[in-house]
Amino acid sequence: MCRSSRATSIILVLGLLMVSPSISVAEESRYGLGLLVGEAAIKAWDIDVNPTGIGLPPGRGTVQQGAIIYENKCAACHGPTGIEGPKDRLVGGQGSLTTAQPIKTIGSYWPYATTLYDYIFRAMPFTAPQSLTSDEVYALVAWLLHQNGIIPKDAVMDARTLPAVTMPNRGGFVSDPRPDVPIH
Amino acid sequence: MNPFDGEMRTSSEEGTEQEARIDRRTWLTEVVSLVGVTAAGLITPALLPAEEGASPAPTHVPGRGPSPYGLRAEGETVQRLTTATHSLTPHQSLHGIITPSALHFERHHNGVPSINPDRHRLMMHGLVDRPLTFAMNDLVRFPSVTRTLFIECSGNSGHEWKGPTGKTVQETHGLMSTSEWTGVPLATVLAESGVKPDASWVLAEGSDAAAMTRSLPLTEVLKDALLCYAQNGEALRPEQGYPLRLVIPGWEGNTCIKWIRRIKLGTAPFMTREETSRYTDLMPDGKSRQFTFVMEAKSVITSPSGGQRIEPGFVEIRGLAWSGLGSVRAVDVSADGGRTWHPTQLQAPVLPRCHTRFRFGWHWNGDETIIQSRCTDETGYVQPTRTALVASRGTHSFYHYNAIHSWKIDRQGNVTNVSV
Ligand code: HEC
Repeated sequence: MCRSSRATSIILVLGLLMVSPSISVAEESRYGLGLLVGEAAIKAWDIDVNPTGIGLPPGRGTVQQGAIIYENKCAACHGPTGIEGPKDRLVGGQGSLTTAQPIKTIGSYWPYATTLYDYIFRAMPFTAPQSLTSDEVYALVAWLLHQNGIIPKDAVMDARTLPAVTMPNRGGFVSDPRPDVPIH
Repeated sequence: MNPFDGEMRTSSEEGTEQEARIDRRTWLTEVVSLVGVTAAGLITPALLPAEEGASPAPTHVPGRGPSPYGLRAEGETVQRLTTATHSLTPHQSLHGIITPSALHFERHHNGVPSINPDRHRLMMHGLVDRPLTFAMNDLVRFPSVTRTLFIECSGNSGHEWKGPTGKTVQETHGLMSTSEWTGVPLATVLAESGVKPDASWVLAEGSDAAAMTRSLPLTEVLKDALLCYAQNGEALRPEQGYPLRLVIPGWEGNTCIKWIRRIKLGTAPFMTREETSRYTDLMPDGKSRQFTFVMEAKSVITSPSGGQRIEPGFVEIRGLAWSGLGSVRAVDVSADGGRTWHPTQLQAPVLPRCHTRFRFGWHWNGDETIIQSRCTDETGYVQPTRTALVASRGTHSFYHYNAIHSWKIDRQGNVTNVSV
């Protein structure tokens, strides 16, 4: 209650000061709300990895290491070789996108290898997201890329090698051309 | 014709409560014959007289007292249709444009998180002058904005790409809903952190088990994106992002990140799984369209619709129309499979990027026919036929299906999903 009445009076005062609240960032319109946040706190939440590799943590993993982790933590949902499911198919499908039965997988569809690190760390395994170490994620990424025929058996994935991997469908995306359907 | 007329009469007016009760019963019976065996068939004609007979007339016993949080009337059991990953709004049973919060569709990628609002923080960092965190108290103190807006999952009607699939409008069009949303413009909160001049993309991230993440172009979200804490006047429902969600008017639902906890500014899209592997539209040439944010104009007849049954005579065709590009300018209805079209009545207010209710008084002569609706928005965009849409995009894009929807009525009055 106290919280909302305080908020109401502040809103009233602000309402008088600024008749139309600006939504332009160019304008200097600050309300003095929020707390400055330090580097450590930012780091704890800053988990995204972009295509240039920014965000990739230290660590490394091999295809062989990945095979073991995959079998233990992933195969139950994605199948022993990444093809069988029952959940999303992760392997194969290259060359299928223009056919009557397109199969979208890491190998056939994903444009960036870095996305694999980002997604596996943030969301997998489904029942325990954000539980894998960076070494484990690098190893899983290595195994999945190898299964898809993208990197050799002896490849090592780390913050330097992963962004350098070129995905087969890297050129497969275009920007939004809509409206695209002719008016009848 | 207003089904609630009877109920809204006060006792000082000529109608008595007894009449009101009868009106209501008539209305329910009408609905039953209209609804037939849909999910709303929870009200069965046989049940009604028995139930009324069993309890004493409401005019003869005191009613129950006020309650701190209201519940819907006993016997009103319209509900969402749930699967493991989503639930669908029962548009065949709803009126007007607001979706009751409890019936707003859900789509989440690893469940609905349980979040303590006192501990929830929104962090703003990356290419900003001042990285900041905001508590819910802070966000509520900013100048606020309220807008009534639809949210439509880009996968709404997605199975229809392959041909008529859903039986009811809940199945074909249930991944969309409209609420009145209240929050603070994202631009206001961004200004508090100060945006660096080289920033051009925004990463928005949720605090659910999917840590749902999308990249959004900065200039676009500065226009009208809202960080919302309220839906239909009260705090957001947990499944709608409690305590805080992004709402981007007219854009695919997935961009409206729920349970949002982090906003990062950068110079390029972050290329998350949800904007590469998913939420991209595969075309027949094997290329995929990326960052297809806008939900183009669309409409659907919600009554009569799949699974319902109608009687010959007067039928009010009712439906919803909407456009992610602005307001609905017109909705036309065809009752002969698309040969002739008739303008419909749009119920005010007609709001931009919001559901608009349309109505058309029709006389069904009992012949087999197909009914359709077609939306035109303020940009002049006309909702395409299925043939035109499929000719342009093939049938594998899954997202953004917005073709004219066809319901067939057979001689018995049964309504089914067909394509023409
Ligand atoms: C309990 C079942 C389960 C387990 C175990 C699991 N996953 Fe998943 N995985 C899923 C589901 C479900 C999805 C789809 C999620 C969605 O669409 O939101 C998915 C999606 C994925 C995707 C994205 C597929 C695509 O094409 O977009 C990848 C990659 C993935 N999982 C990798 C893994 C890895 C690596 C592991 C082991 C560490 C793992 N998964 C363990 C259920 C599981």
